[in-house]
Amino acid sequence: MKSVELHNRLTKLLLKSFTFLLIFAFSMSSYSQDIDEARQKEGKKLFKSLCASCHKLDKKLIGPALSGIEERRENDWLKAWIKNNAELRASGDRDAIAVFEEYKGSNMTAFPQLSDKNVDDILYYTTVGEIKKKVAVADNATSGASSGEAPGWLIYILASAIIVAFLMIASLLKQVNELKGNTAPGESSNLKRDLHELWAGLKRNTFLKVLTTIFLMLIGAYVFFGTLFKVGVDEGYQPIQPIAFSHKIHAGDNKIDCQYCHSSAKHSKTSGIPSVNVCMNCHKNISEVADDTVVELEDGIVLGKEELDLEIAKVYKAAGWDADNLEYTGETSPIKWVRVHNLPDFVYFNHSQHVTVAGLECQKCHGPVEEMEELYQHSPLTMGWCIDCHKETKVDLKGNDYYKKIHEDLAKKYNVDQVTISQLGGKECGKCHY
Amino acid sequence: MKNFKLIIALVTLTSIISCNDKRTPQLQYMPDMYVSIPYDVNGVNGINGEPVNLKPVAGTIARGGYATYDIADTNEGYELAKANVNPLEASEENLANGKAMYDIYCATCHGKKGDGNGVLSQREKFSGIPNYKDRDINAGTIYHVIMHGKNLMGSHASQITYTERWQIVQYVEKLRTDLAK
Repeated sequence: MKSVELHNRLTKLLLKSFTFLLIFAFSMSSYSQDIDEARQKEGKKLFKSLCASCHKLDKKLIGPALSGIEERRENDWLKAWIKNNAELRASGDRDAIAVFEEYKGSNMTAFPQLSDKNVDDILYYTTVGEIKKKVAVADNATSGASSGEAPGWLIYILASAIIVAFLMIASLLKQVNELKGNTAPGESSNLKRDLHELWAGLKRNTFLKVLTTIFLMLIGAYVFFGTLFKVGVDEGYQPIQPIAFSHKIHAGDNKIDCQYCHSSAKHSKTSGIPSVNVCMNCHKNISEVADDTVVELEDGIVLGKEELDLEIAKVYKAAGWDADNLEYTGETSPIKWVRVHNLPDFVYFNHSQHVTVAGLECQKCHGPVEEMEELYQHSPLTMGWCIDCHKETKVDLKGNDYYKKIHEDLAKKYNVDQVTISQLGGKECGKCHY
Repeated sequence: MKNFKLIIALVTLTSIISCNDKRTPQLQYMPDMYVSIPYDVNGVNGINGEPVNLKPVAGTIARGGYATYDIADTNEGYELAKANVNPLEASEENLANGKAMYDIYCATCHGKKGDGNGVLSQREKFSGIPNYKDRDINAGTIYHVIMHGKNLMGSHASQITYTERWQIVQYVEKLRTDLAK
């Protein structure tokens, strides 16, 4: 007994020291030189604020990827380039001119305000990159191993438990069925007799007969008119769109104004579906979603990062954008969005009148779009719905002298302080139907 | 009896489900009055397969419109644009609308104050957005950049009108002087 315990202890110790060694070896290999964290932090801060608009560490953007740039270029050359690249080019430096031409002559901003130390810090950051937290990595490694084992076990246990439960339920059901099968004939004949007696009683009672007829007619009318009233009313309509665009991410999380994309709402009849160039204003840079982004569709389908990156790739395809070489190929293919809000042709509705003149929020009619993963029609868009709002809403005529007199006259006529839209004629047929 | 019950249950279920189908539009009564005969905005069909909202003919100006901005999107163009001045008078009204438009089209990245600290910058979708006071810009170059974009910023010419662009320019210049204080 004792020897077993000793043996256990020994193996534990051995394992512990072994994992320790492993971790140590790992950290040694990835941190062959010690990172000066303060310097890296300083460099990262400068990089993020000055360079990141055109450079990434691992990927070409407006300018080249900068990871490990110090291995490719001399330090002095880099300093000269960063501080004033135009001057360096003017001095006839061949490398500088070559880089300038390789990137189609995009002018890099000069940074004469940076000191040598600043530049060195930035370069230091490009060399060492992001700091992976040592302790955290080690912790993850060990805890990952141990917790990685646990679910494997649990899943097998869970699966077998489910199978057993399934078998139990199946056998129980079988038993119940057998029992039911013995008694079923008697029950159904009872039910039949009861129904028969009910029918006979009903036939004899005239009052009950009339009442039942009325009841059935009412139900019929309810179903009939209920169906008719739905004709042409698409409240809640939520078609499947060609790209899983989430208004929640764009308008909700990132707080991009509705009119940024639907820019024609302020001047025109329609609010407009944005053309792909508007998408590309941001997505030229954003080719991948953040790691934890999730879009939940109505059908219970959940899209993670992998699927959503493919959705962005659809935008690139539509715009003809080559994401690897960062240039337009010219082969475009329009995105065929499915129209959600669609007023019939016999009614005139103007967005600019409501957005610019009345100053309404988009949400007043379109509902909480900033919370919708998939867009749906929030309002019924029926005439009654329009009229209800026109009856209640008071007209704001501040700063509009054109209507001053007529407003005074109407206010006197209706004996109110401020007239509503319908009192100003917003209920006349010809306002919207012509 | 059992079959009959099943049929009734199925019929009710399908009718309920089909009534609540969100993916298909409802039935239309007399679709010829609903659907427009002329070309609809954003419609799929064009004339002979060509889209109907084509660009205006080269060299023409729309009635009440403004001349095309013909400075090219090059380094030389940027230098040329420096000579442009704001054609609008500096008024409170222009400034107010400039602010309204700035908040819609620019503030998401450049921040309400123009310090480059907008929502997209805070959420690290974009980084390295410059503070206006750190850049040597004037009215002409601001307008040039709105028209053509610069580096990662795209062209915003399709979203904002001529007047609104210059109003934004006026507001950005005000932000810049406020920041430099």
